Amino acid sequence: MTFNGVAQIVVYFLIVLVLAKPVGIFLSRVFNGHRTFLHPPLRRLEALCYRLGGVDPEQEQRWTQYAVSLLAFSAASFLFVYAIQRLQGFLPLNPQHFGAKQVSPDLAFNTAISFVTNTNWQAYAGETTFSYFVQMAALTVQNFVSAAAGVAMSVALIRGFARRESKTIGNFWADLTRATVYVFLPLSLLGALFLCSQGVIQTLRPNLPVRTLQGATQMIPGGPVASQEAIKEAGTNGGGFFNANSAHPFENPTPLTDYVEMLFIFVIPAGLTYMFGREVGDTRQGWALFAAMSVMFLAGAFFCYHFEQRGNPLLARMGIATQATAGQPGGNMEGKEVRFGIADSALFATVTTDASCGAVNSMHDSFTPLGGLVPLVNLLTGEVIFGGVGAGLKGMLLFAILAVFIAGLMVGRTPEYVGKKIEQKEVKLAMVALIAAAASILVFSALSSVLRFPAQKYWNPPGPTSANVANPGPHGLSEILYAYASATGNNGSAFAGLNADTPWYNLTLGLAMFIGRFIFLLPLLGIAGSLAAKKRLAVTSGTLPTHGPLFVGLLIGTVILVAALTFFPALSLGPIAEHYLLFSRHALTAVKP
Amino acid sequence: MRYLAPAFRFMLLFTVLTGIIYPLVVTGLCQWWFPRQADGSLVRAKGRVVGSSLLGQTFTGAAYFHPRPSAAGNGYDPVASGGSNFSATNPALLSRVQTAVARFRRNNPAFRGPIPADLLTASGSGLDPDISPAAAYAQAPRVAQARGLPLASVRQLIGQMIQPRQLGFLGEPRVEVLRLNLALAHLARAPASRPSTITTDPR
Repeated sequence: MTFNGVAQIVVYFLIVLVLAKPVGIFLSRVFNGHRTFLHPPLRRLEALCYRLGGVDPEQEQRWTQYAVSLLAFSAASFLFVYAIQRLQGFLPLNPQHFGAKQVSPDLAFNTAISFVTNTNWQAYAGETTFSYFVQMAALTVQNFVSAAAGVAMSVALIRGFARRESKTIGNFWADLTRATVYVFLPLSLLGALFLCSQGVIQTLRPNLPVRTLQGATQMIPGGPVASQEAIKEAGTNGGGFFNANSAHPFENPTPLTDYVEMLFIFVIPAGLTYMFGREVGDTRQGWALFAAMSVMFLAGAFFCYHFEQRGNPLLARMGIATQATAGQPGGNMEGKEVRFGIADSALFATVTTDASCGAVNSMHDSFTPLGGLVPLVNLLTGEVIFGGVGAGLKGMLLFAILAVFIAGLMVGRTPEYVGKKIEQKEVKLAMVALIAAAASILVFSALSSVLRFPAQKYWNPPGPTSANVANPGPHGLSEILYAYASATGNNGSAFAGLNADTPWYNLTLGLAMFIGRFIFLLPLLGIAGSLAAKKRLAVTSGTLPTHGPLFVGLLIGTVILVAALTFFPALSLGPIAEHYLLFSRHALTAVKP
Repeated sequence: MRYLAPAFRFMLLFTVLTGIIYPLVVTGLCQWWFPRQADGSLVRAKGRVVGSSLLGQTFTGAAYFHPRPSAAGNGYDPVASGGSNFSATNPALLSRVQTAVARFRRNNPAFRGPIPADLLTASGSGLDPDISPAAAYAQAPRVAQARGLPLASVRQLIGQMIQPRQLGFLGEPRVEVLRLNLALAHLARAPASRPSTITTDPR
């Protein structure tokens, strides 16, 4: 690790720390319907949305009504995205003349679920599949609204903790509209202009053929990239305009755009932790969650950075530098860009999987085994470290419920969290969410490791589902495990060597995304409804304080314990086995110096 | 129905607002304020567009600085972006690097010591426009010899072309290969020293 690399990670964290409070206050005011500095220009737009949508924002909903509104909106979104993809040949802004041929029904199904669930898993390569119209009117829209719906659910859960003896948890349409109009639109507009000033393209011209200096022909792509890039990060969506995602210079041209994209990923999730504390009437509660997330974030970032900087011993033996010097980055540069180097790439990989973003500025598949273990573990713990817009806070609150439950068992008291009694119903719902996610990851990964379809047939043309991996040995299992962890966690990043554009993978990954979004989150809305109805208990000497280091430690312990018990066997067969293989004497002697 | 009607109305509304109005407003503003960047940071030489300063391109002749290996299409294809996705233990990666190392040593006999990490590894996008300063210096003797230029002036040119870390601490120092090769042509103004063997290597 270099001094400069460490400085980039530390400064990044400090900026997130400084932004958490002002952003949290802003979010809190927006979702309570209070005036903010953005109300003068945007209040009319908000009112217009309610009028055209035909809803009354003041009408409070029970958790079931809130959930049904969310499901109805997701269903409508799914139909829109599916239809626009399949009909792209008949729609405007299609200079490359793509049609239904590029988008098979199973791919369209997968992509529609993917963008509606805020996963943005991409089984396709954007530049050779979708017209500009699909990218704008189907995918960019979902970048906004699936993120807004995610924030809405978090806000509803926060209300569950904050309200007392209330039957309702807010209005879905109001939360959705406020998140879009006051948070994501202004942030994306600013972000898009900044990104473009640094070199991200924003044009509707078709690809431009040029003759290179050496006389070959190169296509310079066009497209409305900056407008999608900004919301891709701010909404923790992660679906790139191009196949290479944020590694593509037209999506992420400079180290500064890289930094800003990473800040966009974390700023709203970090703000939500402060908003949580503010809403439950004790900001220390929010900071405790922030602290637990920070510890795990920094541990992951430095662990990943260390192993990536250490590099690949087999390449070192061939005479490739692994030590960083003033003139070159050293380390494992396969799959990484020179402008970002090792530190920025390791940081981005950690950030994008801590949050459920899934944008990548380097190819995780080519990380060293333990460097790649960090993003994988982040996915498996449910992306609770800041998390996607809303998803991380929800996941972390779920672990907080488990943590106080475990603590309650140890001392023999009914557990409480921020003044709410945690009873059988809440713990049961929390377990449903956790088990559904774990089962989705493990069962699908196991099936895809062993199923054998006939080759050249519909379900999986390569034949056995394990034949779709790009790398031999334990890394192949890592690719499959990563895919289902990413889909279930609604992340969308990949160990991208896996050929996932076959009907089997498109459908099962689509199901995993569905489970991760709805089977994981609906129980949380149930918890919100149940908690909102409860009284607030007075703090007594017997109450476990949930704002101190003891609770932070307990919370981190719970996250690690659950993840370790569930996933350690799978991890030891994948990345851990691969690590020992990489550093074994056998592998080293097989390479000629 | 009570829920589906507003769902479809909101969907249509947000499609217009965030899917059509927002990207078109951004397109208009970007084309107005940052026309060069919005269009792809195109580089012109000898009166024509020769590429983008953000996208690498293939250079193979001894008289050019070479970029990193590319896994994008047949090499530096911006509409087939992507990395190799080779894992650290993949034999395909090892043999690719082994071959590249042998070729690099053969073509750059003046260079000793470990080869800069970026030069023989493929980037994530397959379009990396940059190489590290060390990777440029490593190729300087070959380029100077092929062009009949003094080594010192080639090294000096590299020094001028290094882009430092942004804001002093972000990212890594780098040299843009296309601009470096263009600047080389100015350095080699005499027509006698024009490179005669430029081949397009099919990789």
